[in-house]
Amino acid sequence: MFMSSVVQQVCPVKSCREVALKTFLLRFNSPEIADSAQPGQFVNILAADVGEEPLLRRPFSISRVENGLIEIIFHAIGIGTNLLSRKKFGDRIDVLGPLGQPFHENAEYETALLVAGGIGVAPFPFLTIDLLKHGKRVETFVGYRNAAQVFTEHLHNVRIATDDGSVGFHGNVVKLLESSLVHNNFGNSKIFACGPTIMLKTLSELAQQKNICCEMSLEGQMACGFGICQGCAVERTEGAAKYALVCKEGPTFLSSEVTL
Amino acid sequence: MKAVSTAVGIKTSFILRGVEFKNRVFVASGTFGYGDEVRDFVDVNRIGGIFTKSLSWNPRPGNPPQRIIETASGMLNSIGLANIGVQTFIEQKIPYLCTLNTRIIANIAASSLKEFCDVLSTLERQDGIAGYEINVSCPNVKEGGMNFGTDCTMTAEITSHLRALTNKPLIIKLTPNVTHISEIARAAESAGADAVSVMNTLIGMAVDIKTRKPNLSTVTGGLSGPAIKPVALAKVYEVAKAVKIPIFGIGGIASTEDAIEFLLVGATAVQIGTMNFVDPSISIKIANGLENYARENKISDLKALVGALDADVKFSVLQSWL
Repeated sequence: MFMSSVVQQVCPVKSCREVALKTFLLRFNSPEIADSAQPGQFVNILAADVGEEPLLRRPFSISRVENGLIEIIFHAIGIGTNLLSRKKFGDRIDVLGPLGQPFHENAEYETALLVAGGIGVAPFPFLTIDLLKHGKRVETFVGYRNAAQVFTEHLHNVRIATDDGSVGFHGNVVKLLESSLVHNNFGNSKIFACGPTIMLKTLSELAQQKNICCEMSLEGQMACGFGICQGCAVERTEGAAKYALVCKEGPTFLSSEVTL
Repeated sequence: MKAVSTAVGIKTSFILRGVEFKNRVFVASGTFGYGDEVRDFVDVNRIGGIFTKSLSWNPRPGNPPQRIIETASGMLNSIGLANIGVQTFIEQKIPYLCTLNTRIIANIAASSLKEFCDVLSTLERQDGIAGYEINVSCPNVKEGGMNFGTDCTMTAEITSHLRALTNKPLIIKLTPNVTHISEIARAAESAGADAVSVMNTLIGMAVDIKTRKPNLSTVTGGLSGPAIKPVALAKVYEVAKAVKIPIFGIGGIASTEDAIEFLLVGATAVQIGTMNFVDPSISIKIANGLENYARENKISDLKALVGALDADVKFSVLQSWL
């Protein structure tokens, strides 16, 4: 298992802006985390002061790193994410990271098919930059509810699906991928996916049918983010242990490793 | 173990059954793993002691997800005593724990008296374990767990059997999910416990109104965090009035001030639980905070705070059942 050196730091916020409807991109300074972070890893952020609401940290995929800065992308939907969305230059946030297992980029494939549902796009800017650096072909499929939610910064060869058809393919992102697989020759491919559980479930069935390796970044309800609370269990398909922890053995898993 | 007193001469240590603990702030079972997960970013040697994740004879996979939900000022959990089992603990965790300069208290959870005895006897043959905390209070398993700790006779039976097997400190962790926790505490004391931990989580529940399903797979779970602190203080107070053995106070402690409240109502030491998830270094901050408080208030030994509550007991409603 990959073990990175985790740090807990109070980090200065550089900026926070709305990049799509209720979708925020927050940048904070942490050269320590930025230096060791890899695509697929996450940070666990305390949005409020210790003991204030919300009590627990919230996990966010690392969206991108640049010159000691970390970027995260999130939907402002609850108390914690709304608090974070109002952070501005000079505010400080308590961050723990980098946490979890990165995506496995080095397997034998020619084309990386990045598949995101909604805010599941979060880890892909970082992954895209890294994959391109390693000479992989990158094709990206993103699904949103509607045009207002679309976010595509730093993504590559993007195809968009919307539930309401307001932009791009009318339907869900798995259907979009399915039709693209028919009409294109991507060669030897690997899927990298992140999104709602229902989407990942459908996607892993498609990947199995098409015999494409599929690695997913999962979400889990967790209190700590570093393997102690044991909250974020996900069922394994095989092996001695019945459950894996999303925070420590994940959040990246092959679709064949876990039962969603 | 290094000793104990600090440069400025404030005594933070205490002794339990001949074992000296360097300070009065501990990390609670199930909230600090086996101590090795946090070694990158926490100086665990500054903690008074580590209560390990519960150990059972065989590994336990734990409950199906969803196991956790945040609630107002706290969280519900239903982990179900997921643990690696005592043999793997001995092989994989004890060698690291032996290198630490803090005390390790093994927390034992079991579904039968025999299992409690087997796990404790096995650990007795190992170096590096300073004492035992017996979990007769887990609300999230069907067999054993809280069933033992809600019954005076069973609590006494388990305590006396384990007492016969060890000369190390034996601490019984009590559940608040009973009518009178003081009765269970008395049963543990009479059967030979050296201390009690007060308290485990309160049974609680949360519902997702969109799906009309409970948030936790086991329907109910254990409530912890700052939300339960007032309840825990009252339970510690009640137990302190009923027994003479020391009490480890647990329940939503998030600051030095919280820890002082627990000492005042009668806790000899405190355990930090849920807040370790939020700030893995919080127990060290609280240990330092207690020392600073003592210095500022010209207290030479933190013992002076234990039970130093200034309450007019004739108005206390607890007196009727104590």
